[in-house]
Amino acid sequence: MGWVEDMSVSEIFDSMEYGPAPEGRAAADEWLQQHKRRFGLFINGGFVAADSGASFATSNPATGEELAQIAQAGAGDIDAAVVAARAAQPKWAALGGYGRAKILYALARLMQKHSRLFAVLETLDNGKPIRESRDVDIPLVARHFYYHAGAAQLMEAEMPDQVALGVAGQIIPWNFPTLMLAWKIAPAIAMGNSVVLKPAEYTSLTALLFGEICVEAGVPAGVVNIVTGDGAVGEMIVNHAGIDKIAFTGSTDVGRRIRAATAGSGRSLTLELGGKSPYIIFDDADLDSAVEGLVDAIWFNQGQVCCAGSRLLVQEAVAERVYAKIRARMDKLRVGDPLDKSIDVGAIVDPKQLKTITEMVDRGLQDGGVAYVAAGSLPDGGCFYPPTLITGLETSSTLMREEIFGPVLVAMTFRTPSEAVQLANNSAYGLAASVWSENINLALDIAPKLACGVAWINTTNQFDASAGFGGRRESGFGREGGREGLFAYTKPRISTKPLARVLPFDGVAGPSGAMIDRTAKNYVGGKQARPDGGYVQAVYGPKGGFLGHVGAGNRKDIRNAVEAAHKASGWAKTTGHLKAQILYYIAENLSVRAQEFAARLEAMGGGGKAARSEVEASVARLFTYAAWADKYDGAVHNVPISGVALAMNEPVGVIGAICADEAPLLGLVSVLGATISMGNTCVLVPSSARPLAACDFYQVLETSDLPSGVVNIVTGAHGELAKTLADHDDVDAVWYFGSEDLSATIEAASAHNLKRTWVNNGRARDWNEASAPEFLRHATDVKNIWIPYGE
Amino acid sequence: MIPFFGTLAAMRFLDPLVKPCEVCGLEFARHEGVGNLSKTMKTTGETLAGAPATGLVHVNSARNPGTALDLDLVAQVRVNTSAVERRCAQLGGRRSLKKDWQAAWLLKAVSMIDLTTLSGDDTERRVHRICRKARQPVRQDLLEALGMGARGLTTGAVCVYHEMVPAAVAALAGSNLPVAAVSTGFPAGLSPLPLRIAEIEASVAAGAREIDIVISRRHVLMQNWQALYDEMRAFRTACGDAHIKAILATGELGTLRNVARASQVCMMGGADFIKTSTGKEPVNATLPVSLVMMRQIRDYHERTGIRIGFKPAGGVSVAKVAINYLALLKEELGDAWLTPELFRFGASSLLGDIERQLEHHITGRYSASFRHGLG
Repeated sequence: MGWVEDMSVSEIFDSMEYGPAPEGRAAADEWLQQHKRRFGLFINGGFVAADSGASFATSNPATGEELAQIAQAGAGDIDAAVVAARAAQPKWAALGGYGRAKILYALARLMQKHSRLFAVLETLDNGKPIRESRDVDIPLVARHFYYHAGAAQLMEAEMPDQVALGVAGQIIPWNFPTLMLAWKIAPAIAMGNSVVLKPAEYTSLTALLFGEICVEAGVPAGVVNIVTGDGAVGEMIVNHAGIDKIAFTGSTDVGRRIRAATAGSGRSLTLELGGKSPYIIFDDADLDSAVEGLVDAIWFNQGQVCCAGSRLLVQEAVAERVYAKIRARMDKLRVGDPLDKSIDVGAIVDPKQLKTITEMVDRGLQDGGVAYVAAGSLPDGGCFYPPTLITGLETSSTLMREEIFGPVLVAMTFRTPSEAVQLANNSAYGLAASVWSENINLALDIAPKLACGVAWINTTNQFDASAGFGGRRESGFGREGGREGLFAYTKPRISTKPLARVLPFDGVAGPSGAMIDRTAKNYVGGKQARPDGGYVQAVYGPKGGFLGHVGAGNRKDIRNAVEAAHKASGWAKTTGHLKAQILYYIAENLSVRAQEFAARLEAMGGGGKAARSEVEASVARLFTYAAWADKYDGAVHNVPISGVALAMNEPVGVIGAICADEAPLLGLVSVLGATISMGNTCVLVPSSARPLAACDFYQVLETSDLPSGVVNIVTGAHGELAKTLADHDDVDAVWYFGSEDLSATIEAASAHNLKRTWVNNGRARDWNEASAPEFLRHATDVKNIWIPYGE
Repeated sequence: MIPFFGTLAAMRFLDPLVKPCEVCGLEFARHEGVGNLSKTMKTTGETLAGAPATGLVHVNSARNPGTALDLDLVAQVRVNTSAVERRCAQLGGRRSLKKDWQAAWLLKAVSMIDLTTLSGDDTERRVHRICRKARQPVRQDLLEALGMGARGLTTGAVCVYHEMVPAAVAALAGSNLPVAAVSTGFPAGLSPLPLRIAEIEASVAAGAREIDIVISRRHVLMQNWQALYDEMRAFRTACGDAHIKAILATGELGTLRNVARASQVCMMGGADFIKTSTGKEPVNATLPVSLVMMRQIRDYHERTGIRIGFKPAGGVSVAKVAINYLALLKEELGDAWLTPELFRFGASSLLGDIERQLEHHITGRYSASFRHGLG
C-alpha cells in the first residue's frame, strides 16, 4: 500500500489514493510518562511495587517499540491482593444494589469520558486498528458497565435468593484487553463480589488505567485489584485458596488445566475458550453482504477473536462465485499502522503469535490447501500477517479443526442444509456460528441445530451486555452478559451442611420373603438389561434382611446407556406439552404404586412416615417439572440493533447424574424431572446404598409412554460409574449428588472434553426443596440467536 | 487512471460509429480508439485548460448496449437490509481522508457534481448564474493555492428542466460542459408515454447531451419487469447519442430488493447511468441505497464487461458525506469509477460546503459561505 508523503493535491486528484490518517497518541504517551513508563500492581486502591521488584516490557506490536515496564507479581503480591479483596467484599456486598449501581454507573461514565485515551492505549499495546478500539471495544465496555449498574440496582428485587460468591479471580486474554476486563469485572462487582484480575502479559496497560478509573469512580479500596505478570501469576490465582470463583477467558488448553487444577476445590468456575466457528453461506443469501460479513468475522481484530467466523461453509452451487467475491474483497483490505484511521487490519499482538500463525498455515497447506493472500502490501517491520483464504481442505485437515487465531479463513462446501449442520457441528468447539440466508424458514431452522452458544443470522460478531455470550463443548461453559451471566457470580442464599456418607447395610443373602425371586436389572434404551459384567450386588435392610439383588454396572453399561441416550436425542425436539404430559403420566403411575414404593423405601431403611412423604414429594416433584416443561421460556433480549436476540433455553444434551444416596427415590426423580423436562436425555446412577427404588421405578417409566433411551438407569458403585461418565467425551454434563467424596474426581476427569459439571462438594441438599430454578439452569444451555431484520 | 481533463473536448468531435447492437438491435454509439487518444491528449491538457470539458463519454469502455431482459437474474437478486446498513454505518470509520488527501478528494467531488437547479421558479438568468458557477466552481485563488489553478476544474454537468436547456447550452457554450435535462415527466413520470418520449427528443434537439429520465415506479411496485425494460429501451432509443441516466426514485420503491431489481432491469435496458432519486422524494440518496446500486453495477460489469455510471442525487449536501460516497465507490466498484464519466453527485448545496472546507484547508480558518460565489 504505502503512500508518497509529498504527493501534491493535483497528483492525489489523479490517483485518488488514500493518504495517512493517523490518530494522535500524545495523550497516551503523556499518561505513560506520568507513570514514568513503569507500573506497579493495583492492589487495595493504589499502585504498589511487586515484592520482587521484577518487571517486564510491554511493546507496540506494530513497531516493536517498548511502551512501559510492567510489574511481575509474585505469590506474596497475590496474597496481598486476595487479602484486600477478602477484606473489602462484605462491605461492598452490604452496600446494596443501589450503592453499587451508583459506582458502576460512574465507571460507565468515566469510560466514556476517557474513551479516546483507552482506545489509543489499547491500540498501542495490542495492535488492533484504532477504528475497532474506538468504535467497538470501548463503547461496548461502557455499555457493559451501564448494563451492570442496572443489574446491581435490580439484584435484590429480581434475584432475592442469590448472594455474591465472594472473591473472584479473573484471568483475561490479550485480544480484547479492556472489553474482557469489563465482561469480567462488571458482573462480578455488580453482584457484590470483589475481584483480583490478571490482564494478559502482552496487554496490561488499559487494565492499569482502569485501576485509576476505579479510584476516580469511588470504587472502595480492595474491591478491584489488578495484578500483572505471566502465566505463573494466573496459576497463583487459580490455586489460591482464598478465592471463591475463577473466571477465565483464553485458550482451551489452559482452560483444561484450570478445570483440572480447581477440581474438587468447591470454587465456582466459568471458562470461555477457543472456537472454530462456522460461517455458513446458503445459496439464497445476499452473497455480497455475506462476503462483507466475513470482514467483520475473520478480519476483525486480525482474526484474533475466539468467536471469529473462521470456518467458511458455503453451499456448493455458489461456492466459486463466493470465493471470487471474497478474493476481490480481500484485495481491498488495508493492512497497516493500527493507529491509522483508514486501515482494516492491524498488527498481530506479538511476534510469538505471528510465528504460531505462520507455522500453522505452512503446516496446514501441506494437506493440500490452496492459499489466496490478499493483494495489498504489508508494512515494513512490525507483526503483520496478510488476510488469507484457504480452500481445498476437508474436515480431516488440521487447519479445518484447530483454531488459528489469525486472519486466516478456511473454506469448504456443503450440499444441503442438513449437511451444513453436520459439517458445522463436526468440531470439538462450540462457541459461535453465523448463518446467511434470505429464507427465514431456513435460517431459523438451522440456528437451533448448531452446537454453539451464540448464533448470528445474517450478521456476525455482534455483542451486547444484555445478551449472554459463551460456548459449549471445548469452547467452555458459563455465560457472560445478560441475566444468564449474573448467575456465574452468585450462589443460592442457603447455608449447607456437610453431607453424611450413606453406607449400605450388611446382611446375609437369602430368600426375600413371600415374593417370587426378582432380579433388578439396568434400564438402558427402554429395555431392562443385564449388567455387562454379569455380577450383582445384594441389598439389605437395616436389620440385615435381604431385599434383593441389583446389577453391578460397569463402564460398558455406562457406554451402552450413553449410546442409548444419544439415540433418543429426538426427545429434545418434542414439544413442551408432550414432555409435560409424559411427566404427569409418570407422576400418575408412581402415585398408583405409592404404597409399594413407600414400603420399599421403608424396607431400605427409611421410617414409615418419611418413606410415605418421600413418595408423595416425588410425585409432587414430577408435577413441578411437568409444570416447567412447557413454561421455561427463553427471553428476547433488548439488543441495540434493529432486530432481536432470542435467548433460547436449549437442553445440554446427555446428562449423566449420580443420584443422592440419602433420598433414593426423591433424589432420582428430581434429577430425572429436571433433565428430561428440558429435553435432555440422561444416564442415572441411583443411590448405591439404597438402589432398589430406582429399579422399581423403571417399571413406572415403562408404563408411562416415555420414549426409549430418554432415561437410562445403571446401578452400581458410584466411584467407577461416576469416573466413566466424567471421562466420557460424548457426555455433555455430569451431576453429582452422591455421598462419597467424588466431586474432585468428576471435575478433574471432566477437563478432557470440558463438559459441564455440577457437584455437591460433599455438602448436603434439602431434597424436600424443589429448587427448580437452580436445577433448570443446570439442565439448559442458553443460546443467543441474533436476528437483525428489516427490508 | 488516466486524467481526462482537457481530453474530452476533442473526443466529442469524433463521429461515433453507429451500428446496431447485436443483442437488441438498437443503435448505440461506440467510441473507438479513445483510449489511445486520451493518452495523446494528456500531454496537451494544459494548453486546453482554458476550455476544459467533462462529460459522459466513455473513455474506458463502450457505452452500455443493454442486454436481453433476464428475469431469472432479476428474481435471484438478494439484498439483506440490515447487513447493508451495517456496512454503511462502518464505512465512515474505516476510511478517513486528511489534509491534502481530503482537499484532493473534495476537488474530485466537485468535478463530479451535476450542478442542479430544478425549481418551478427557474429563469434564464438563474440558469446563467449556475452555469457560470459550473465553469468556475471553486475560486481561482483557492485552486491556485492548491496547485490546481491550471487544471480547468469544472463541475460534471449542469442539470436543468427542459425549458431551461437552451439557456444552459448558451451559457455553457465553449466550455464543453454538458447540459443534462431531467425528462420524461420528471419527477413523477406519469405523463403519457408518447409525451415522455417526445420530451426526451425535444431536450436532445435543444442541445442536452445527457438525459435524466424517471422510471415508472409502478412497474417496479407491480414487479412488471418487462414493462420497465421496454420503457427503458424506448427512452434509450429516444436519447440517441445523448447519454441516459435512469432515475429509480428509490425512496418510492419500498425495499432495497426492489432497488436492486430495478437497477438490473434498467441496466439491461441500456441505461448509461443509474441514479437514485429526483431529489423530490421524501427520502433521496442514502448510503445503503447507493451501496445496493453499486453492487448491482459491479455485478453487471462482471457479466458484460460494461461499466455503468452511478449518480446519487438529493441529500448529499455535506463535504464529509461526499467523501464517504467516494470511499464507498472506491471500495465497492474500484478506482475505474472515480471519474465524472462514471460517477456524479446530483446536488445543489454540496458545492458550497466543499468550497468552505477547501478554504479552511488552505487558510486554517473556518470559512463563511458568503466568501464564495453563490451557485
